[in-house]
Amino acid sequence: MTKIGTDEWVAQVGERTEAYRGLTAPVRRTWDGIPLGWRFAAAMLLVALLPVATDSSYVVRVGVNAFLFGLLALGLNVVVGYAGLLDLGYIAFYGFGAYTYALLSSDQIGVHLPAELTLIVVVALTAGLGYVLGLPSRRLLGDYLAIVTLFFGQVFVQLAIHLDRLSLPWADGPVNVTGGPNGIVGIDPIRLVGVTFSSVTDYFYLLLVAFVALAVGLHRLTASRTGRAWRALREDPLAAEQMGLPVNRLKLLAFAVGGAVAGFAGAVFAAVQVGVFPQNFETLLLIMIYAAVILGGAGSLPGVAIGAAVIAVFPEVLRTPDYARLIFYGVVLGGLVALLRPWSRLAAVLAGTVVLGFVVRFATAAAWPDAAAVAPGGLVARALGAWVATPPNATTVGNVAFVLLVPAVLAVTRLRGPARTWALPTVLYLAAFVWETRLVAEPSVTRQLVLGAILVVMMTARPQGLLGTPRVEML
Amino acid sequence: MLLALKDVNTYYGQIHILQGVSLDVAEGELVCLLGGNASGKSTTLKTILGLVAPRSGSVVFDGEDVTRASTSRRIERGMAIVPENRRLFSPMTVTENLEMGAYRRSGDLRAAFERVYDLFPLLADRRSQLAGTMSGGEQQMVAVGRALMSEPRLLLMDEPSMGLAPILVERSFEIIQAVHEAGVAVLVVEQNANMALSVADRGYVLQTGRIALTDRADALRENDDLRKAYLGR
Ligand SMILES: Nc1ncnc2c1ncn2[C@@H]1O[C@H](COP(=O)(O)OP(=O)(O)OP(=O)(O)O)[C@@H](O)[C@H]1O
Ligand SMILES: [Mg+2]
Repeated sequence: MTKIGTDEWVAQVGERTEAYRGLTAPVRRTWDGIPLGWRFAAAMLLVALLPVATDSSYVVRVGVNAFLFGLLALGLNVVVGYAGLLDLGYIAFYGFGAYTYALLSSDQIGVHLPAELTLIVVVALTAGLGYVLGLPSRRLLGDYLAIVTLFFGQVFVQLAIHLDRLSLPWADGPVNVTGGPNGIVGIDPIRLVGVTFSSVTDYFYLLLVAFVALAVGLHRLTASRTGRAWRALREDPLAAEQMGLPVNRLKLLAFAVGGAVAGFAGAVFAAVQVGVFPQNFETLLLIMIYAAVILGGAGSLPGVAIGAAVIAVFPEVLRTPDYARLIFYGVVLGGLVALLRPWSRLAAVLAGTVVLGFVVRFATAAAWPDAAAVAPGGLVARALGAWVATPPNATTVGNVAFVLLVPAVLAVTRLRGPARTWALPTVLYLAAFVWETRLVAEPSVTRQLVLGAILVVMMTARPQGLLGTPRVEML
Repeated sequence: MLLALKDVNTYYGQIHILQGVSLDVAEGELVCLLGGNASGKSTTLKTILGLVAPRSGSVVFDGEDVTRASTSRRIERGMAIVPENRRLFSPMTVTENLEMGAYRRSGDLRAAFERVYDLFPLLADRRSQLAGTMSGGEQQMVAVGRALMSEPRLLLMDEPSMGLAPILVERSFEIIQAVHEAGVAVLVVEQNANMALSVADRGYVLQTGRIALTDRADALRENDDLRKAYLGR
């Protein structure tokens, strides 16, 4: 393998790719051998079958949502992941695109432009807006940029709410531009080259095509000189400047590309929803998009796409208690596997938790003979019913346990060594108890909690995100 | 003259850093700029490259007054820098780092890559290694190679030997000489005055923002004041 005279480090590259060991080694090596393009094509083909495989319009709608999320995340990834600009006003571009499409394709101001034209106008306007927002931000760094852009995002929502009675000098009365809190409804469907996109499935395929086109386009952009210059800029703006990179132009380009992508996604969103409302563009959505980018690994295209899919689909899955349960225990288990070393310690903690569960269950069986079953569900729920003690007044006890759980979790993170191993089963059981008595019944709360927990576990185990590249520190 | 600074005054806010600095470098010349900590050596290089603008005075490069020109413009005209602490793009490969050095140039870069790989054969073997994972000496080569990618006529170097083991310090001066022999003018900032003067044609000594002394390198090596201040003998 090693060629005489070649550098040792280079020789090792081959060895490292063959260094996978264990049962999964052949699988991983084969996987590595498949070109990225093929993997992407296969994944998209599978996704394309979704509307065929199910006749539930709800599932397709989740798919549409996931694609919108995917577009937004890919666009944000250009700004944050490539150029390293912390843009907290990103959601305003999405809203601006949606409102622009709504205004130009509804009775709001009585204009019904053809969709081909409207989409071009939206993309051009949001790209321009990105450029304009970029202008004063060129000299701003990190947190200053974040504050300015966050303000920009808030201004957008406020404008959307209050521009329903705009006084213009030439108009008689106040002009209703955005419809205020009631938004704009009755938006035309998108019509492209004679085809009207009327059903959710139609939009699913429109977005699929747009997503593939964007992913391919961005992939080529990252592989270009401009893409590498963005990375250089993110890594060390000062060095980039010293190499004569057009720092300002690169930043503005990133803002414009990100803005255009978000604007396009907004236009499609407006058409799918047949209406736009100010609350569609609030900070929570921004946080979710950031979560997708960070979860997937900022800067990595496939990572961000997967992150978006996870963030879009998980909250939906969490609506069903039995799935939510699977995810909850899956995440807890995953977190333990990632954090507990060696294996013997992991096994001890798990066995300890199981045993503790049964002990508590039987000890309390006497005290609560009339205990209710755990929240209804399938096999998992029945199995858990035999393990988790359920008090008759589950709400009260569950709440108390919840309050206890928070300091318990914090305490465990402070403990070191054997003390942690000993404390973990109790805390884990407490968590399961809280989950079964309280959280499974409250999907709205649990969704946020589980998502937050996933992010925390993820960032502890893999700070660079799923597919991101770990930072190389220069020492 | 390839480069001429005339009575340059540079400020950071209200602080007067460069106080009437005049300095020049001829085509193909190797000039060193010596001086103690905080004497304004890096600021001089930054003024030359246009990273900070002088409040008065002029920077003339290759017959063109570039005092108000952008950094990009100056790099296009033929300047390049090896920054203090090298500042490589650590998560990028050697090739990508080199490419960034030639960002201002359009067209085929193959000849430029070949030149750098000829000068540093080791880099040719390490094309795909991430710059941040390289040793200090190797990073030094990447930093110089990156600057040479723009095929500059004047190479600015800010303390190239900083943080290197003694043997590598010598190696880095060999690199400077190699660049010099290839016909590139070099303005090198150094703390290691002895070493710098042994390879340079001429030298300047900067003291709290003023040129305190300038002469041929061999004369400076014999200068009593300088010996007391920097050469420690
Ligand atoms: N961006 C800045 N803002 C304010 N003051 C600065 C800035 N950069 C440098 N200075 C100050 O200018 C003076 C000269 O700095 P400069 O970096 O030119 O010194 P130097 O001669 O390169 O020193 P060293 O040998 O330590 O690198 C120092 O007092 C420094 O604190
Ligand atoms: Mg310095």
